[in-house]
Amino acid sequence: MTEAPVLDVSTLPPGAFGSRALTFWGTLGIVVIESTVFALGIVAYFYLLARFPHWPPHGVAAPDLQWGTLNTLVLLVSLLPNELTRRAAEHVDLGRVRIWMVVCLAFAVAFNVVRVFEFAHLNVMWDHDAYGSIVWLLLGLHTTHIVTDFLDSSVLALLMFTGPLEEHRFVDVEENSVYWYFVVLAWLPIYGVIYWAPRLL
Amino acid sequence: MVGARGIAFPRLVAFSYWMLLFGGVFLYGSLLLNAGPDVGWFSYPPLSESLYTPSKRADVWAQLITFTEVASLAVAVSLITTTLKLRAPGMTLNRIPIFVWAQVVTSFMVLFAMPAVMLASTSLILDRLVGTHFFDVEHAGDALLWQHLFWFFGHPEVYIIFIPATGIVSTIVGTFSQRPMFGYLAVVLSLVSTAFMGFGLWVHHMFATGLPQLGESFFTAASIIIAIPTGTQIFCWIATIWAGRLTIRIPLLWILGFFTIFVAGGLTGVMLAAVPLNTQVHDTFFVVAHFHYVLIGGAVFPLFAAFYYWYPKITGRLLSERMGTWVFGAFFIGFNLTFFPMHLLGLHGMPRRIYTYPESMGWGTLNLLASAGAALMAIAVLLFVMDAIRSSVAGIAATDNPWHASTLEWATSSPPPNSNFHRPPTVAGREPLWEHPTEQPIVAGLRTDARDVLVTHVLDAEPDHRLLFPDPSIWPFLTAISTTVLFIWSIFTPWGVVYGAVPVFMTMIGWFWPKSAHQGGTQPWPFADRSLPRPNEAPAAGGAI
Repeated sequence: MTEAPVLDVSTLPPGAFGSRALTFWGTLGIVVIESTVFALGIVAYFYLLARFPHWPPHGVAAPDLQWGTLNTLVLLVSLLPNELTRRAAEHVDLGRVRIWMVVCLAFAVAFNVVRVFEFAHLNVMWDHDAYGSIVWLLLGLHTTHIVTDFLDSSVLALLMFTGPLEEHRFVDVEENSVYWYFVVLAWLPIYGVIYWAPRLL
Repeated sequence: MVGARGIAFPRLVAFSYWMLLFGGVFLYGSLLLNAGPDVGWFSYPPLSESLYTPSKRADVWAQLITFTEVASLAVAVSLITTTLKLRAPGMTLNRIPIFVWAQVVTSFMVLFAMPAVMLASTSLILDRLVGTHFFDVEHAGDALLWQHLFWFFGHPEVYIIFIPATGIVSTIVGTFSQRPMFGYLAVVLSLVSTAFMGFGLWVHHMFATGLPQLGESFFTAASIIIAIPTGTQIFCWIATIWAGRLTIRIPLLWILGFFTIFVAGGLTGVMLAAVPLNTQVHDTFFVVAHFHYVLIGGAVFPLFAAFYYWYPKITGRLLSERMGTWVFGAFFIGFNLTFFPMHLLGLHGMPRRIYTYPESMGWGTLNLLASAGAALMAIAVLLFVMDAIRSSVAGIAATDNPWHASTLEWATSSPPPNSNFHRPPTVAGREPLWEHPTEQPIVAGLRTDARDVLVTHVLDAEPDHRLLFPDPSIWPFLTAISTTVLFIWSIFTPWGVVYGAVPVFMTMIGWFWPKSAHQGGTQPWPFADRSLPRPNEAPAAGGAI
């Protein structure tokens, strides 16, 4: 069969930012998967809850509010440097990318540290009963996200200082920020479940 | 089929492949070492809990799940992205081949279904390893929670197996009828609605657990309703065959076999959806007969058809027609000989999951018949494997498009060159190869010395930008090895997860770390002006010639 060229794409740019990029959709796929895990974890929590007249069962105290609430605030505030990183990346502004990534990392250290206190103030161990198990599972799942995101953001930030650097790396920085939004927003329902479900239900 | 030069995230797909392979080796290796799972494919607690399974067998099962999860989720993400962003210019959503639709719908089901079993198996291994109590009734847990999580995955899984098969059927029916699919929109909507409804059926695997009446009624209704979209598809296939010029070749034979067997399995499925009948034949051979008619009829027959259909594209040679007729005949007769008697056995009360029964039950003759049928199927498969090997070297050479099909994979040579198309095609209709029989419109301007792909817009597949795919790399393989070490280590001690995470992290950095400043094909730092467009900017001029 003969071929008839009908389209010349040699002038198209070698990549794009945001939802035009391939990696954006890959990230979205990961977000869907992990949201489903979180949602099912929450469903399991309420499934177990529905079987008891009092929750937490067996006279266990609800988790202390202060550390979880503090971390919620820290996470929400971290969205600001995160958004500034994202914008700097879209403008291919290396100086600002470096500054805001370092600020983001400082926040990441902060809420990873506060997370340790959260675990210490859950007032239940994972092997006490199923309530303890599900609370540790929910908090543990989210902790996996903040730990891994801290690690991969560190690597990316390091790369932005050492190179080798090309324009595509800024798309990576932007995707990293998009994922960060997910990690913070996913925390809000989990915070509500862990800290408020035992108080309100 | 979407006219792309490659699949999105090729390294992720490589990683996924290695994970699936290592998971499979791990499973069969554990069987050889007599340490394989022995708690059923559904691994119900309390049987699978430490108290009743103190060995590592249930942990092997749980981590095997994790292997396959990681592998299938990675591929699902890749397939969805490929279909959304790498379609040939002009392939709008309503021109996507039905097989591709089927794959995308399946991939979305994977995204939503697999996390359930992942959460379940993780909870199980935590129960067994660090003493949590998710499924332990004595400590406020609930064994039924396992069943809910498992079947929330388990029932959609049936459709994850079945929907790609319907895509194969649509493709082959269209090709051998030599006419466009009747009711394209109805078929695509059927696929999508099947996927949605597939998530509303899981409790019908639990009718015998004493759930509330209202719940049972709801899930009965849902189980019957899901027959509607499948029925719609079957009628569309019949209409396509009816109005087309039918050429009977081996792939079509398997599809016709699929029709017969799958419709029979579907009918017993509607019977099983009714709670009274379900309770009566629960755990009998009637159920065994039903799901073999549905799964072998619904997935294995189309898979054989697909193998015969795409074999020439993969190898450049055709399989033998004469041998194919024998294989099909032996398999079809053998299948019915094996599984039809099981309906009767089940109605006579023969339970599932037993390997023997008293002679006085009078089930001997029908079981003998079933064994004979199984032997016949085995012969068919043996002949098939022999033919597949022989034809790969001595088969008749295939042309680019031996079946005169309409989709883009037939526009390239058989077997295709590395990166599928030297110059990728464009599309102006739903059946591109039937619309431009002499001249294939193509895209010019992509590099031929590198993995340069064209990224298009999600809805209308207008060209957007070019992207340089990464070269082959050893790192996905190394990452798969370190992940495998972590998974197997975690069977024995929870510290395996902690220490094992270090090599995983290091291999992932090795994977990510750029080897040069030109790797992505964009300008290296420092540069003055931005060349990559932002989301809301107009696309650069890449125009018609």
